[in-house]
Amino acid sequence: MQSLDIQNRSATTTSAPQVRQAESPVAKLIDISKCIGCKACQVACMQWNDLRDDIGTNVGVYDNPMDLTDQSWTVMRFSEISKADGSMEWLIRKDGCMHCEDPGCLKACPAPGAIVKYANGIVDFISENCIGCGYCIAGCPFNIPRISDKDNKAYKCSLCSDRVNVGLVPACVKTCPTGAIQFGAKEDMLFRGAKRVNDLKERGFQNAGVYNPQGVGGTHVMYVLQHADKPELYHNLPTDPKISPWVSLWKGIAKPLLALAAGVAVLGAFFHYITRGPKEVDDAKHGG
Amino acid sequence: MAVVMKSGEVPRYNANERVTHWVVAILFILLAASGLAFFHPAFWFLTGLLGGGTWSRILHPFLGVVMFAFFFLMAVRYWQDNIIQPHDREWQKRLSDVINNRDDDLPAIDKYNIGQKQLFWTMIVTMILLLVSGIILWRPYFADMFAIPVIRIAAVVHMLAFFVLLMGIIVHIYSAIFWVRGSMRAMTRGTVSHAWAKHHHALWYKRVTGQSK
Repeated sequence: MQSLDIQNRSATTTSAPQVRQAESPVAKLIDISKCIGCKACQVACMQWNDLRDDIGTNVGVYDNPMDLTDQSWTVMRFSEISKADGSMEWLIRKDGCMHCEDPGCLKACPAPGAIVKYANGIVDFISENCIGCGYCIAGCPFNIPRISDKDNKAYKCSLCSDRVNVGLVPACVKTCPTGAIQFGAKEDMLFRGAKRVNDLKERGFQNAGVYNPQGVGGTHVMYVLQHADKPELYHNLPTDPKISPWVSLWKGIAKPLLALAAGVAVLGAFFHYITRGPKEVDDAKHGG
Repeated sequence: MAVVMKSGEVPRYNANERVTHWVVAILFILLAASGLAFFHPAFWFLTGLLGGGTWSRILHPFLGVVMFAFFFLMAVRYWQDNIIQPHDREWQKRLSDVINNRDDDLPAIDKYNIGQKQLFWTMIVTMILLLVSGIILWRPYFADMFAIPVIRIAAVVHMLAFFVLLMGIIVHIYSAIFWVRGSMRAMTRGTVSHAWAKHHHALWYKRVTGQSK
């Protein structure tokens, strides 16, 4: 069923099945101005996906766990911001895969079918095809994929592709008590995001905006930011994320160019032999 | 070590040298095959050589380290023979004659010609680049120690260094097996004919046999 709805497949040079009408793209909209940092989404993610991270150590901050892992596909990033008037502001960002329209992980992946992008925009790791090379980590502009110590395969948020596929919303969306996480057609989410941005602007957040970075073709996980002019305030959310030029070179133009050049060299040698022939040493002439 | 010289044969590589060369050569084939598979999907089928994609990912870096170690032995053994001399420059000026097989009156050269010497130094540089960038890319043991931008650069360096090495090796294999007849036995049986040695490496021939004619 889902195999018909794959739009893009890692390390595959021919087109995916195309005959079905494309589904409309989906998106998750995370309204940071509504997040209270309860981490219910983290728990729901663990519960639905059967993940249990190691129990860590409290280092005096609210972040728990301290980073994304193969077992923690989403974590709340707490940023405590001092404002000009001396007051403080919590910016709590739910970190995880952004489901890029142009996914760097998929571009970098060398294993056919280990990373797919569905027609609805979800980027998913098909872990049985993963070889554990970690190229997806190099490809990702958001530093999301993590390789498991258990099986050396890469993991990240699937946007609950298994739930979405049967018409359910992702587990984190289902559980969010403040409605800070919403899910639906990307068009609708952009509309709701724009409305919320208007509300925020009326309430004094002049620079509120929707984070849907165009450098990666837009994302299927978007944020409403109170300070969209300064994404870096939100635990270093990149201002203008793009696939790195090194990755574009490595997994873009270099592939056909170098393969062609090596092929030409082999053919060149062959035709040199055909036109010039071998160097043969005449034993008699040189006196043997 | 006493050199057994059968009539009509000049020793060029002893058994140790031949074994070292072929260990590097066999590992190069396995590494190139698995590396090409990671480079371009058109070569993905080559992962079969090492037992699939995951096995290729696991084995490639270990084989790479072994290849580097054996290559290092070759580098130590041959570097002095590969210092470029004035007569090599003279020989190089006649490159178009070399390519067109008009090589009856080429300047006399030593054990290696300038093409071989340039390949030697190219291999020194690319092997070091491949080792260093390969360690940076090596999962699960080393890659985590490096920042992601460093890993990206290492991937590009690994790819470009391999490409340069591959182009050199294509010329090397063509020359040794197909083009310059009588070369292959130097690395399979250890000897070349007097005629071959005199024709292609006259100064070397003089040096090892004391003869010039």
